Amino acid sequence: MKPDLDSRPQLAAGCRLNEKDQPTRVLHMPERVLRLNGPSLQIIERCDGRHTVRAIVSELQMIYSTAEPARVEADILGYLELLHNQRALDFKAAGGTDHHGEK
Amino acid sequence: MTVATSTPLALIAELTHACPLHCVYCSNPLELIRRADELSTDDWARVFREAAGAGALQVDLTGGEPLARTDLVDLVKAARTAGLYVNLITSGLPLDEKRLDALLDAKLDHIQLSFQGAREESANEFSGTKAHAHKLRVLGWLKQRPIATTLNVVIHSRNIDQIPEMLAIAESSGANRVEFANVQYYGWAFVNRENLLPTRKQLDYSLEFLRAAQERLRGKMQIEFVVPDYYAKFPKACMGGWGRKLILIAPNGDALPCHAARIIPGLRFDNVRSRSLIDIWNNSAAFQEFRGEAWMSEPCKNCDRRTRDFGGCRCQALLLAQDATAADPVCSLAPQRFKVDVILAAVNDSATALPTKPDWRYRPNRA
Repeated sequence: MKPDLDSRPQLAAGCRLNEKDQPTRVLHMPERVLRLNGPSLQIIERCDGRHTVRAIVSELQMIYSTAEPARVEADILGYLELLHNQRALDFKAAGGTDHHGEK
Repeated sequence: MTVATSTPLALIAELTHACPLHCVYCSNPLELIRRADELSTDDWARVFREAAGAGALQVDLTGGEPLARTDLVDLVKAARTAGLYVNLITSGLPLDEKRLDALLDAKLDHIQLSFQGAREESANEFSGTKAHAHKLRVLGWLKQRPIATTLNVVIHSRNIDQIPEMLAIAESSGANRVEFANVQYYGWAFVNRENLLPTRKQLDYSLEFLRAAQERLRGKMQIEFVVPDYYAKFPKACMGGWGRKLILIAPNGDALPCHAARIIPGLRFDNVRSRSLIDIWNNSAAFQEFRGEAWMSEPCKNCDRRTRDFGGCRCQALLLAQDATAADPVCSLAPQRFKVDVILAAVNDSATALPTKPDWRYRPNRA
C-alpha cells in the first residue's frame, strides 16, 4: 500500500528509537533491531504522528537539496511502505484517526 | 588463543526455572536450578547495566516463567533504566490485570505470549496444566491495552493441524505478530521427540497455508513459521553464532552461550556474581570454546556457508553425533546426516498411527 501524502506516520506499539545519547541509533522492533544511518534516522525521527508524509518529504528534500527531489520522495515512500509492512508504522489518516493498527 | 569478539546484541535473562506449566517440550535443561540459588533483584539490575554497557540493546526476560519472580515489575524498570528494550516471554500465568498494568507502567516494550495450541483440552495436555483458558483471558486484556504483542504457538505433530484455528485466534486478538515455532529437539523435547516430530506432509501443508495467510495479512500482522531443524537442508546460525551476538544468564548467574550449553561436557561457566558480564563475554572459556572457526573440522572448515551458519548448533551436534565439535548433523553436507534421516524415516514411513495418549515425560517444577 502506497502511503497517503496527507497521512501522519507514527511508530507502532512496541517500536521506538533508542535514547539519543547512545552511540548507535537504532529502531527497536519486536524481535528485531534496525540500525539507522543519516536519512533513515531523519525519516524515523519525524514519524511522530504530527508530521505528514508530505512534510517529511519536503524536509528531507531540503536536507538533501543536491539530490533529485522526485528520487528523494520515491525513496521515502518506499521506506515508509517497507516499515509499514514490517508493522513498525501506522498511518494516521488526514482526519486524525487510524486506518490501520487499530486494536 | 583469544578470538576477536563483537559486542553482544541481546541479553537473555533466564530469571527463574520455576514455572506453573510442565510443557513436554520445555527448552529448560533437564537439571533445573533451585529458587534458593536465584540472583537477587540487585544482581539482575547490575547485570542489565553491565549488558547495556557492553553494547547489548535488548533483554529477553524469560524462564521458566518470569512472572514467578515477585520482583518482575522492578526488574522491568531496572532494565529500562539501563537503556534496554525489554521483551517479556511468558505463558501468561500467573497474571492478572493489575499486575499487567504495573508492567506496562514500568514501560515494558513487548510481550510474547505462548500458546500450546488452539484447543483447550490438547493444549492443557501438552502443558500438563489447565492454562489455556487463562491465556485467552490474558490475550483479551492485552487487546485492550497499547502494548505490542507476539503470540508464540509451539508447533509439533499433535497440534500442527490447529494452525488455521490458532491464526483465527491471533487475528481476532489484534496481535502484531504471530510465530508458529516448531519444537526444536533439545531438553525435554528431545526426551519426548518421537511423540512430537511432525511428518513432511504436515509441514508442507502448513507452509502452504501460512504463505497464503502472509500474503493476505501483509501490513496487518506478521506471521513467522519456524520449521524443525531436522527438516532443514542447512543448519541455522544457532544463537547467531556461538558467543557472537547473545549471552544467556541462568537463574543462578551462570553465563551461557546458549540455552542448552550445559549438556556439553567439559564446559565451565563463569558466574556474574564473581565476574563482570563484559569480562565473561570477552574472556570466559565457555564463550571462547566455539567462537570463530578454529574448532571446526571438515566439512565446515572449508565450507562457503561457515560465515553464515557458523557450523550450526553445537548442542545438536552433541545430542545427535555425540561430538560437540562435529558439523551440525542436520546439515545435508554433514557426515552424520544419516542419523537425522533415520529419525525422519521412522516418523514419515511409519504405518502405525501415533498413540492417542502418549506416555509424556513432563517437565517438573523445583522448589
